[in-house]
Amino acid sequence: MDIKSLEKTAAEIRCGIIKAIHNAGSGHPGGSLSAADIVTALYFDEMNVDPKDPKMKGRDKFILSKGHAGPVQYSALAVKGYYPMEDFMTLRKLGSKFQGHPDMHKVPGIEMSTGSLGQGISAAGGMALANKLDNDPGRIYVLLGDGEIQEGIVWEALMSAAHYKLDNMVAILDHNGLQIDGKNEDVMTVAPVVEKFQAFGWNVIQIDGHDFKQILDAFKQARACKGKPTMIVAETIKGKGVSFMENNAGWHGKAPDEEQTKQALAELGGEF
Amino acid sequence: MAETMATRQAYGKTLIELGEKYPQLVVMDADLSKSTMTAEFGKTYPDRFFNMGIAEQNLYGAAAGLALSGKIVCASTFAMFATGRAFEIIRNSIGYTRANVKICATHAGITVGEDGASHQTFEDIALMRTIPGMTVINPSDGVSAKKLLEQAVAMEGPCYVRLGRAKVPVFYEDSDQLTLGRGNLVRDGKDVTIVATGIMVSEAMAAAEKLKEDGIDARIIDIHTIKPIDEDIIIKAAQETGAIVTAEEHSIVGGLGSAVAEVIVKNCPVKMAMVGQKDTYGESGKPDELKKKYGMTAEDIEAAVKNLIG
Repeated sequence: MDIKSLEKTAAEIRCGIIKAIHNAGSGHPGGSLSAADIVTALYFDEMNVDPKDPKMKGRDKFILSKGHAGPVQYSALAVKGYYPMEDFMTLRKLGSKFQGHPDMHKVPGIEMSTGSLGQGISAAGGMALANKLDNDPGRIYVLLGDGEIQEGIVWEALMSAAHYKLDNMVAILDHNGLQIDGKNEDVMTVAPVVEKFQAFGWNVIQIDGHDFKQILDAFKQARACKGKPTMIVAETIKGKGVSFMENNAGWHGKAPDEEQTKQALAELGGEF
Repeated sequence: MAETMATRQAYGKTLIELGEKYPQLVVMDADLSKSTMTAEFGKTYPDRFFNMGIAEQNLYGAAAGLALSGKIVCASTFAMFATGRAFEIIRNSIGYTRANVKICATHAGITVGEDGASHQTFEDIALMRTIPGMTVINPSDGVSAKKLLEQAVAMEGPCYVRLGRAKVPVFYEDSDQLTLGRGNLVRDGKDVTIVATGIMVSEAMAAAEKLKEDGIDARIIDIHTIKPIDEDIIIKAAQETGAIVTAEEHSIVGGLGSAVAEVIVKNCPVKMAMVGQKDTYGESGKPDELKKKYGMTAEDIEAAVKNLIG
């Protein structure tokens, strides 16, 4: 997909996120918006998936390790054609398929139930290992939050992916610098992330996580890298695309009211 | 003297056979493969064996990923670290996703012996049976370990298989029928029922012989599957014998005793007593010394029976 179309698609995905979280009255807009461009690039350019055959053999898989950003994956899957966007508007309501954090048995296209931080990358490592064992061409993509990497299991998973030379696995760090209680460096320093990932044996690529050219290039470089898993450190802006949410930790887990929703959608070029 | 064998030894041997039968079977460990007995599988099927290092959380998280990609996974470490340290990974990545992972955990209970309290878990059955959809299995000897492991691997979905370090008497025969989810009537009796699990089944058999000398006819049921528990055999025993003593190498909080009490209290309340670890930590010592000190021997079962119905 060309970059103009990707930008348009990302805006549509962002509108879905805002509307669904507004309807739900709760949810995580900040980290969903920061990851929207990366997730768009994955579903609309990089990954081999088929919405008509969600369990297609040999498909690529995306695991949202930062499961609280579920709305970005739900919205992307809707735009991709896995289900109508109206369905996703039931987000977080009793009886909805669209749980507060993704449930793989409820929503087509969700490969792993996540929400408890750090477990997505661990499962992703197992999936990459299985694909190696089966000579399955499918690649495994996993999105991490930067607060999430404070979890010990993340580093266990990083260590084992490098040990087993899982070059069919790509992790993307959504490095927006903020977590629930504030800035990473105030809550618990995660820096220097690039050096840490390199020291753990990963091929590390640093990009602007809102620049589609850089995102697509990074995925290409990851494919070319043999014998090592790739970590893409994507510098992002929490709340990206909605002016009053950008770089504001307060929008980690809060729903916009009607006025705020109207303004957000206007900025994104969508309709209320 | 009867043949003895640790249930972990039966596990290691059976894995080799299962590896032949199931090409999709993979085995994982966390740097304890010589103790959990998975090392032999690793030698036989090196492509299907993954040592994850001393990292139990990732052991079970990655096991989930492999299972959700179509593998049958037997993932082993000591019961303490499997069910304790990795509990929430097992709950969310294996239980909630219904991943086909068999958590085959060894060195459970007091018979860990000399390693002491840090390695003696009495909480594992309680923890595992709270997870919806988890099958909880506690074999009582080498034969039942083999038979139940085969059935666990054949079924779809998460299982916890509790295995021990110490050698224990082999009392089942290869010809004995053991079925996952069904309690096994080891000895019939009319005065009291001893509901036992794991290595306490052979202790219960010894207790029953002693009780016989005193004119007490004890029924023994082996509850090798603690979840889903065989309600019918327990209710029938309560109705017919009027008193139940449970026996487990596990805390009396939340384990077999609690599971049996949950069945009894709803269906047929009768007098009950529980033999097991009494809400305390263990210590270093020889398995037999520890069983005696912490009250998990045939004599303790015998005393509990007499106290209950005497």
